Amino acid sequence: MSGSRQSAAANPWRAPALLAVLVVLFVLEGSLSNALFSGSWNSALGILNMGLLSAIMALGVNITWGYGGLFNAGVVGFLALGGLAPVLISTAPVPGAWDAGGVRVVLALVVGLLTLVLATIVARRVPRAWKFWAAFAVVGVGFVIYRFLFDPAVIAIEANNPAKAGNIGGLGWPVLLSWPVGGLLAAAAAWGVGKVALGLRSDYLAIATLGIGEIIVAVMRNEGWLARGVLNMSGIPRPVPYELELQADPAFQARVAGWGMDLATASGIWVKLSYAALFIVIVLALIALSELAQRSPWGRMMRAIRDNEVAAEAMGKNVTRRHLQVFVIGAAVIGLAGAMMVTLDGLLNPAGYNPLRYTFLVWVMVIVGGSGNNWGAVLGAVLIWYLWIKAEIWGPAMMAVITAPMEAGALKSHLMGSAPHMRFIAMGLVLLLVLRFAPRGLVPEK
Amino acid sequence: MDIANALVAILNFVVIPAAAYGSQLALGALGVTLIYGILRFSNFAHGDTMAFGTAMVILLTWALQAMGVSLGPIPTALLALPFGIALTAALVLMTDRWVYRHYRRVRADPIVLVMASVGVMFVMNGLTRLVIGVEEIRFDDGARFIISVQQFKAWSGLAEGLSFRTTQAITLIVAALSCWALFRFLNRTRSGKAMRAYSDNEDLALLSGIDPERVVRMTWIIATALAVMAGTLYGLDKSFKAFNYFQILLPIFAAAIVGGLGSPTGAVAGGFIIAFSEVAVTYPWKKIAGYLFPTWQPDGLLQLLSTEYKFAVSFVILIVVLLFRPTGLFRGKSV
Amino acid sequence: MSDTDHGFGNRGNRDASVVNPKGRGTVDGTRRSGAVQPGSGAAPFLAATALRGGYGKADILHGCTITVDRGQIAVIVGPNGAGKSTAMKAIFGMLDLREGAVQLDGNDISALNPQDRVRAGMGFVPQVANVFPSMTVEENLQMGAYIREDDFRQTMDQVYTLFPAVAQKRKQAAGELSGGQRQQVAVGRALMTQPKLLMLDEPTAGVSPIVMDELFDRIIEIARSGISILMVEQNARQALEIADIGYVLVQGTNRYTDTGAALLANPEVRRTFLGG
Repeated sequence: MSGSRQSAAANPWRAPALLAVLVVLFVLEGSLSNALFSGSWNSALGILNMGLLSAIMALGVNITWGYGGLFNAGVVGFLALGGLAPVLISTAPVPGAWDAGGVRVVLALVVGLLTLVLATIVARRVPRAWKFWAAFAVVGVGFVIYRFLFDPAVIAIEANNPAKAGNIGGLGWPVLLSWPVGGLLAAAAAWGVGKVALGLRSDYLAIATLGIGEIIVAVMRNEGWLARGVLNMSGIPRPVPYELELQADPAFQARVAGWGMDLATASGIWVKLSYAALFIVIVLALIALSELAQRSPWGRMMRAIRDNEVAAEAMGKNVTRRHLQVFVIGAAVIGLAGAMMVTLDGLLNPAGYNPLRYTFLVWVMVIVGGSGNNWGAVLGAVLIWYLWIKAEIWGPAMMAVITAPMEAGALKSHLMGSAPHMRFIAMGLVLLLVLRFAPRGLVPEK
Repeated sequence: MDIANALVAILNFVVIPAAAYGSQLALGALGVTLIYGILRFSNFAHGDTMAFGTAMVILLTWALQAMGVSLGPIPTALLALPFGIALTAALVLMTDRWVYRHYRRVRADPIVLVMASVGVMFVMNGLTRLVIGVEEIRFDDGARFIISVQQFKAWSGLAEGLSFRTTQAITLIVAALSCWALFRFLNRTRSGKAMRAYSDNEDLALLSGIDPERVVRMTWIIATALAVMAGTLYGLDKSFKAFNYFQILLPIFAAAIVGGLGSPTGAVAGGFIIAFSEVAVTYPWKKIAGYLFPTWQPDGLLQLLSTEYKFAVSFVILIVVLLFRPTGLFRGKSV
Repeated sequence: MSDTDHGFGNRGNRDASVVNPKGRGTVDGTRRSGAVQPGSGAAPFLAATALRGGYGKADILHGCTITVDRGQIAVIVGPNGAGKSTAMKAIFGMLDLREGAVQLDGNDISALNPQDRVRAGMGFVPQVANVFPSMTVEENLQMGAYIREDDFRQTMDQVYTLFPAVAQKRKQAAGELSGGQRQQVAVGRALMTQPKLLMLDEPTAGVSPIVMDELFDRIIEIARSGISILMVEQNARQALEIADIGYVLVQGTNRYTDTGAALLANPEVRRTFLGG
């Protein structure tokens, strides 16, 4: 099996070629103004930044899938959970919120957690016939206590300045600090899910992660005390200057004048470039760490487990433990991307976390890029993100050409109206074509 | 203590809605479990097949309504359903021909088919959006109620009303009939047994002269028919919104796994278990508690979880079953 | 172990919520049959000649030839890895041959897929996984008769007469039977098509000596009814005792071919392959 993979070893020029294609695409987007390209560097850099974030998500998926062979169908959940960190860490504290019920909420959460731990212990200790009901009773009692503590506290917090806040508020710490915290939050959730779904005779990770993904997003939508839920949390601090600050800065004004650019455009580009620089550093650091890990004894063991689990197990490797490890690490990277995304947007919008966009599109990125290859995942992510954004524009453009001979009417306007949805079809086709004709991806694993 | 009113309220707010929802989940889970048993992968495109099929049914319903065709008290969609199934099955068979068959030929690992189904999911999702958009659509017509609240109150003299909607009745009848037909097909007919045989042991089925491609085609058609029925009934009962059909994938998968993947009996049981738990856990029991214990005045609504968390219920049941009975309640066996 | 690396290596194979490897086949069931050619007139009932091929790039069969006449019992013996089971699969069309032809009853059926070879009159009992475990004994036999349009109740009665032990368990799932009974169901399933040639891949693997003797008796009975038998056996000595013709296969080629009795008498064969 490994033999055939070796024999189809990747052409070393594939990654640079794909990179060159991407550079050309972004230059076209930035410089050409026609039906297909916007001709705006602001737009090109906007796509690039989100593409880089997608690349981090893809790296996270690629760690679990590429190294561990595990299928994480709940990317959106870990991403959303990571996005909570900037709100909790770096937004300004809400006056009165903590006093209204902060301690009680924390206490409730601790009780909830203890209930689960206690239920696990009880289920392990009690004889087989009774273990389900014993655990059930513990959870039932724990749930009542939890709700008793939780409900009034939440009502109190949400009643505190409901128009502007109503949430528990942040710590007011630097936003960059919240990025690793986002990773930690996602890792904690992943540990919980993985502990259950990976510990069984065979995995049930896909369905478990699909579920936890939906639940995390539901929690963020509905728990207003946490981050205002569907009311959205805006005004999240930035690690880079604001456009208006730049425009007011005489030094920047002078420099822009020197370049002969429009001040508003230049400030936008400057901000986006700063983000891009920050993101590229992180992407490169993640790739470096990931490659180092892959070449370490740990990485060799992971590969051995992936390629032949039975043999690895016979050699005394704890396969479940390693799988849990790699799953948690992957989720942490996704959580990191989540925190970065919220920071970039300056906004936490729980209603926007759509599994198609944030779980399955990321999977398309990894498969198209190349499972198990970090460069492939990154380049695939940027490429797919670019296509995803541009297809929304190219779809109607194409539809306009197709429907040009048609008479104006209900059908034509319906087709034109729904043309942006063609990007879903396009992404599906890209995935199917790559799976069929280049199943190892555009940049295959070495 | 007012048992009569409490019972009526339970029936009205829990049992009837959960039974209808459970039937819809059961039909969906049956399709998932059939594909898992025979094609050996979990079809992520199942939710979108439901959505696409329902969209077809809606378009046909509109066409029929425009032509003035009507079934009287029964929703016109029921008349459009067979045609919707046929159109959707044609599309699904095309995806099999162009996508999945190749991987059977090269004997690819099932995980490749899972990934391919993600691609098909995107395409189906886009097609659905293209043909019918993303808006919420109601397409039930005909009589709304078999028993309305007023009628019931006048008849029984109780304070609590009971309503039984036409769509709920149709859901129960259609689901019961199709389950009966499917089980009969699988257990009694030659083709049905061939499907079970193929699921048990592909190579031996081949050695018995069973044409695998025929089995696969039948599986797609049956699973699609079940999916379109589930989707249409769900849409009639609630409303059609493409995204909801994607989200229903989780309870459907959960139902199939809880029952034991690959077991049709399990899929049906799983559907009802998930549906009843979802409704029971998200229903505010305060009113019923008021009937049963008039002296007790609880502060809250006695709602275990808010409705937004209904997906959490399927998830929790799934986890509990996996922890205590990893093969599912009905031991995932063969189709 | 099959070579199934289609892009993802071994990834994702563990997740029972998305993939179901149980009962998965190894043979491409989508392959369509080619035309049946007229064979050369004088060939025996089954003539598999000069077979070359294997699963991947390396050949396992290097030009071996197996023939069986009508009503004969032919036995293939040989050391492990000699390609005995592979030869059986090749004769049944379950792997792609690079060279060689298979003739049955005067027709060249080399282009037929396994399903159509069943229709052409061949029956095959694989060594393992040879019943439908979740189906009842009766359903297993019904599936054996899948290709038959006529009334097959009589054949089923014959099978039950041949194997009275499984007749009592006809409503039980085949997966719950003992090894020997399962083997009987497997042979019974293959007989349901009323094959002209029955191929058995190590029918006595893993059964007790008493059951083995009983199975051999039944096989002789089946051959007496006019069905040709081609059988691979680990218990070479017992198998050769009932064989009309025996093949000793080594590294994918014929080493010795003779009547069963002659092979048993051949000191060379005895020393090398029958343990003295």
